Amino acid sequence: MIKVTDLSKNYGSVEAVRSISFEIKDGEIVGFLGANGAGKTTTLKMMTGYLVPTTGSIEVNEMNIMNDTHEIQKQIGYLPELNPLYSEMRVYEYLEFLAGIRKITGRAFKDALARIVEQCGLQGVVHKNISDCSKGYKQRIGLAAAMIHDPKILILDEPVTGLDPNQIVEIRGLIKSLGKEKLVFMSSHILQEIQATVDRIIIINKGEIVANGTSDELMSNFKGNVLLNMEIKGASSESVEHIQAKLPSVKFISMNETNTVQQVQFEYGKDQDPREDLFSYAVDNNWSILKMNPHTTNLEDIFRDLTTEGGGNA
Amino acid sequence: MLNIRTIFRREMQSYFNSPMAYIFLVIFAVVSGYFFTNTFFLFGQSDLRVLFDIIPLVYLFFIPAVSMGLIARENNIGTMETISTLPLNTYEFVLGKFLAGFCLILLGLAATSIHFFTLVSVGTNVDFGAIFSGYLGLALMGATFTAIGTYASSVTENQVVAFIIGVFLVLVFYMLDKTLVFVPHSIAGMVQLLAVDYHLSNISRGVIDSRNLIYFFSMIGFFIFLTIKTLEVRRWK
Repeated sequence: MIKVTDLSKNYGSVEAVRSISFEIKDGEIVGFLGANGAGKTTTLKMMTGYLVPTTGSIEVNEMNIMNDTHEIQKQIGYLPELNPLYSEMRVYEYLEFLAGIRKITGRAFKDALARIVEQCGLQGVVHKNISDCSKGYKQRIGLAAAMIHDPKILILDEPVTGLDPNQIVEIRGLIKSLGKEKLVFMSSHILQEIQATVDRIIIINKGEIVANGTSDELMSNFKGNVLLNMEIKGASSESVEHIQAKLPSVKFISMNETNTVQQVQFEYGKDQDPREDLFSYAVDNNWSILKMNPHTTNLEDIFRDLTTEGGGNA
Repeated sequence: MLNIRTIFRREMQSYFNSPMAYIFLVIFAVVSGYFFTNTFFLFGQSDLRVLFDIIPLVYLFFIPAVSMGLIARENNIGTMETISTLPLNTYEFVLGKFLAGFCLILLGLAATSIHFFTLVSVGTNVDFGAIFSGYLGLALMGATFTAIGTYASSVTENQVVAFIIGVFLVLVFYMLDKTLVFVPHSIAGMVQLLAVDYHLSNISRGVIDSRNLIYFFSMIGFFIFLTIKTLEVRRWK
């Protein structure tokens, strides 16, 4: 279990992380979402012992990162953001080097290598120079390096950045399978990636946590409005634009007309559903409804709302 | 200890997986060999003094070149982040790096032993004691310069900058006793004690004095300590 309490990090006068707190339980896959520069990487660097927090504490399985740095590092596997690798080494040499630091040598290393090669699909490249491997393979090598000691906790910083869609699906599958037995904390700014992979999402903005919950919880807490896209025939612009006089919950947004079909956009509160009333209103005003399509809130809307100026409704 | 060995092995692999080590060893052997053989048969003396005079000059540029990438490269390509999140003490990392750089210097020094065998085969009355102490002095000087180079490599992520800082620091300690005439008499003695060449010349003469040994080991220890502190301070920035 990881417990972060009032964690802050200042770079000079810049506050990169401001008093954040959260917990992650064993067996959870948690996504750490935020725009570039929001403080994701700084937080992960503190959790892995690379940076020292300015204030606050990080506890991993009841050990403190300041007092038991090496004990915690033994339990953590970390994939840094840019996945740095020694390009002149062969894949197995690199893994052997990292395993050596973690005191996995001889027979134990051979077993660990066999497991990790199988798990990360490195069969074809294990004897190759790292510089000769494709980006997708390099990412797998980075993951293999993070997991060579079979850690209980995996911290992955942007694990799928720069990969093609097929590679993303593969890495996502791998992370999901790992999440069955390990605590996985992964950062990303790719929303679809997070939504598809994790159990819970923590959103950070300008160094502060602005949301923490499952994607369903985030959506149900989201106070944003629903946009309703309609295609209508026979509507007068007056009846459309002044709909709020009859239906107070519905707000007119825009109207365009092409080939006698009007594309109209209305907005209403997330807790209200005035579509039946709207249907009756259409009948009363002799509209023919061709299409009625409410745009449901997705993670992207929530993310944009929480991480842009004036946001923060969730 | 095991971690120092692991870091050392990786660094040696890195030297020999690239042309770096081979280029260094060949040029080191050629340069020192050229200057040695140039005068060896002219003077007709059974000693390696010429070699022992030329190697410190070769060191001035070769050791910063060998050590410039030791830590700067890790900072540059980002592997320092991976290293720093492993259960590894900073001193183990720095010592592994230093020893790898020093080992390469020793290999370069070992390559010059061909001149020793030439001397033994053609010379008479060879003073083995002086030759041993000469090599010991060069090894200690090599270790000192490698420690300085390792420190220079830790303060930047740019290998060229690390090289320039390394050459500058090494030159300062090498040139100190050549500047004694410009130094006030009251501190001249102290300045001389800091000069690496002063201690080397003592050992090269065949006098293995504990003061000289203490100087070299203190210098090595001091710059390794500085390197460790430089790396540790970064975590707090």
